[in-house]
Amino acid sequence: MLIMRHELLLIAITVILLLVEIFLPADKKSRIITPAILLMTAVLILGFIPGPTGILFGGMYQTTALTLMLKNILNIGVLIVMIQSADWLKKPENKEKISEYYILMLSTLIGMQYMISSGDFLMFYLGLELATIPLAALAAFERFKEKSAEAGVKLIFSSALSSGILLYGLSMVYGTTGTLYFAEVGPAFTGTPLQVLGFIFFFAGMAFKISLVPFHLWTADVYEGAPINITSYLSVVSKGAAAFILTILLFTVFSKIALMWSNVLYIIIILTITLGNLFAIRQQNLKRFLAFSSIAQAGFILLGIIGQSQYGMATVIYFVLVYIFSNLGAFGVVAIISNRSGLETINDYDGLYRTNPRLAMVMMLSLFSLAGIPPVAGFFGKFFLFAAAANHGLYILVLIAIINTIISLYYYLLVIKAMFLNRSDRPIPRIKSDFYSSLGLILCLVGIFAIGIFSAVFEMINGLSFGLY
Amino acid sequence: MSPLLLFIIIPVLTVIGIFFSKTHMQVKWTAVVGMSCQLFMAGLLIYLFLAARAAGNTAEILFSQDMVWYKNLNIHFFIGVDGVSVAMIGLTSVVIFAGIFASWDVTDLPREFFTSLILLAAGVFGFFISLDLFTLFLFYEIAVIPMYLLIGIWGSGPRHYSAMKLTLMLMGGSALIMLGLLGLYFNSAPGGGPLTFNLIQISKVTIPMPAQRFFFPFLFIGFGVLGALFPFHTWSPDGHASAPTAVSMLHAGVLMKLGGYGCYRVAVFLLPGAAHEMAWIFLILTTIGVIYGAFGAIWQKDLKYINAYSSVSHCALVLFAVLMMNQTAMNGAIMQMISHGIMTALFFALIGMIYGRTHTRYINEMGGLMKVMPFLAVAYVIGGLASLGLPGFSGFVAEMTIFVGSFQHNDVFHRVCTIIAASSIVVTAVYILRVVGILLMGKIKNPEFNHIIDAKWFDRMSVVTLILGITAIGMAPLWLSDMINNGLVPVMQRILLAGPILH
Repeated sequence: MLIMRHELLLIAITVILLLVEIFLPADKKSRIITPAILLMTAVLILGFIPGPTGILFGGMYQTTALTLMLKNILNIGVLIVMIQSADWLKKPENKEKISEYYILMLSTLIGMQYMISSGDFLMFYLGLELATIPLAALAAFERFKEKSAEAGVKLIFSSALSSGILLYGLSMVYGTTGTLYFAEVGPAFTGTPLQVLGFIFFFAGMAFKISLVPFHLWTADVYEGAPINITSYLSVVSKGAAAFILTILLFTVFSKIALMWSNVLYIIIILTITLGNLFAIRQQNLKRFLAFSSIAQAGFILLGIIGQSQYGMATVIYFVLVYIFSNLGAFGVVAIISNRSGLETINDYDGLYRTNPRLAMVMMLSLFSLAGIPPVAGFFGKFFLFAAAANHGLYILVLIAIINTIISLYYYLLVIKAMFLNRSDRPIPRIKSDFYSSLGLILCLVGIFAIGIFSAVFEMINGLSFGLY
Repeated sequence: MSPLLLFIIIPVLTVIGIFFSKTHMQVKWTAVVGMSCQLFMAGLLIYLFLAARAAGNTAEILFSQDMVWYKNLNIHFFIGVDGVSVAMIGLTSVVIFAGIFASWDVTDLPREFFTSLILLAAGVFGFFISLDLFTLFLFYEIAVIPMYLLIGIWGSGPRHYSAMKLTLMLMGGSALIMLGLLGLYFNSAPGGGPLTFNLIQISKVTIPMPAQRFFFPFLFIGFGVLGALFPFHTWSPDGHASAPTAVSMLHAGVLMKLGGYGCYRVAVFLLPGAAHEMAWIFLILTTIGVIYGAFGAIWQKDLKYINAYSSVSHCALVLFAVLMMNQTAMNGAIMQMISHGIMTALFFALIGMIYGRTHTRYINEMGGLMKVMPFLAVAYVIGGLASLGLPGFSGFVAEMTIFVGSFQHNDVFHRVCTIIAASSIVVTAVYILRVVGILLMGKIKNPEFNHIIDAKWFDRMSVVTLILGITAIGMAPLWLSDMINNGLVPVMQRILLAGPILH
């Protein structure tokens, strides 16, 4: 029981929310926000209490110190998203669906946690689907808006396609090795042609989920159409979970063909970072802008994987943690401004600092963190990722990645330029943020500063990511 | 606790103080108090340093403190100073102190202005005291990034363009540095053992030659971008011309020295083998830079551009001297950094004050200013004479030392480079005297200039501080030169060990 406590706790609060939903009168739905956030906080805190590790269901489900930590990281991300979306949920058109929103979001989280804990491909796939399908419903949450509905449809189609490809690959893996358990597939996976084909399909399927180039085409449209809080959820938590499980699988199950997948990754990293950056430069809508920047960030995450070491694994986890706080900080500001004024393009942000200095400061620090400027945490995250790849001798790749950080700095500076340097005749009026929006941003800020300056976080992650490689 | 920590703590406290200040005046006075403490600390540091040396303390690094930061990467927070860094800290504290007074009339968002300015200074101080490559790089970036806001918000002319160009070029340089540092780190223990970012430890191992050859260009060009290495200097004229007064002062006076110091302290010091092999390539570039900057300054009509190109020329001379790789030239390089730092800060301060009064920076529109603002005009002449290397001022000491040092090479290549570079002094004299002639002498061209008021008290504060610095170094160069030499001895031993010995 305790081995599965993360998932069980989440299921429990999902059920509680369902029951409350039934008994709560329609006009008092917004009262559910605070209890839901408190429950999630409780889950997060309980998750940090050390507990037993082990395997369940004959090896289909496993809990290690590493998976516990990954789940905690995802919980942090979800909690911040829940806090940030409180203001948006209170809008009259969303009021009726508040508990649905939480239930859908929590079920995707449960899916991700099962996926991370999976011990065989069946469980992995179940978790993956549970994590994906409610997301489509969430993307289409503002169904009265055409773009939101379009985002939902696009997301469900592209994820169905990618799941299909992934399953096809897995069937080949199963066909050649005769088993679905990670522990048994690993030794049997020696790299015969059919196995390689299976791996390629599997990798393509995962690349869809993490939106790596050339499988990224759905990202920008979905991110733009979906409600902002869902976009931030998609770009941070969902992407982080997929990156985690991809890292784990590459390191454990596919370790015998590491030479092959590191070559694949090499090319994909260059493509993803470069194209993501180049497209981001041209974006005017901030949601699309952050979508492309998050594609580029995904490429950086892979740098840690290609390092092929325990240290590389640690840098991936660390970077995702940093990325959660920085990206949610940026999205949080965009969400507040969009909710209050409906403005979403970079030009609308002209002169933001003069009217809303705090929001502009948070946005600037988050963007600096995304760009990797000290002293905020993004600098440490990027530096360690580069060190992981350089450790493997891939200096040329690191050079390309570092040059790309300069390109990314350019477009992040464009937003900062709009906020700080430009003047506007009609700036965004002063916004008084409510308690939850401020809390969400403060949490992000604390994370952005604390994770970098206090080395304990990285050391803890590094200590726990052993046993994989 | 090492007293050096205060150089980071004081700026941070000042920034916090500024954050809680309510009025315009409070902000400024908080900044003044903070930076006066910093200046006092720098004086105290120089005194303590000299006292420790006089007492016979021969350790390479004084006041060091070593704290583990990231254990698994062996990243430390390791600070300490030698003679060279003490001198650079002294320079920084003088320039930032003068810079605060030079920006006394900033009215738009003063709180943010002084916060950014002091953050920049904090980055510079951190850079000079760091002996761990990771923290060194961290402070380097902290020093560079506030420039974007400083130029972009408070600048003039095409400030958005200049700010973006400057930031991207400097960050591009830092990208190269980052790769070089990773290369140093992963080659820091060729014989096995823990890898390290510790600058002193790396200097004691010999990094394999192939790695040296690969990483040296990254490090040298990376730092060289900030040190205005030709052809990567193009950010400098635009950036300096668009920046507000105090920022130009700090940038040309101090930040560009980060480049020179980095080339000396990281690139040449840690990769001496490759430095000896490749010095000729960069020597050609710096020689071009010296002469190109000087000629560039002749053709300019905008006072700030003139001074920016002159900075390119003078900073190229620093890199030129570093590449000569002997004790005398190296000493000259450090002297030149300090001398040019104070001198150019003085120039930019004066240009800012002149612009504030005449509302133009084009020399053709000015004339006869000596009659209406004698104090500023005399200060300008003093700065100019120091810049063209008149004996008695700091510029002469520095350039003399550099050329004496570089002439010690008795091969044709080095001699030719030296002669070409030395001829820049003549060109410097041309543009300085031309400007002084047009600007200060002659008739008053614009009748409105008759109503100009001469320097106010805060202007005088700023100018007098800097002139004192120039003349002190010029009159009594030995104490500075000795202090620098003291720091250079172990560095030079190490550099000379790796290369051909001078005849």
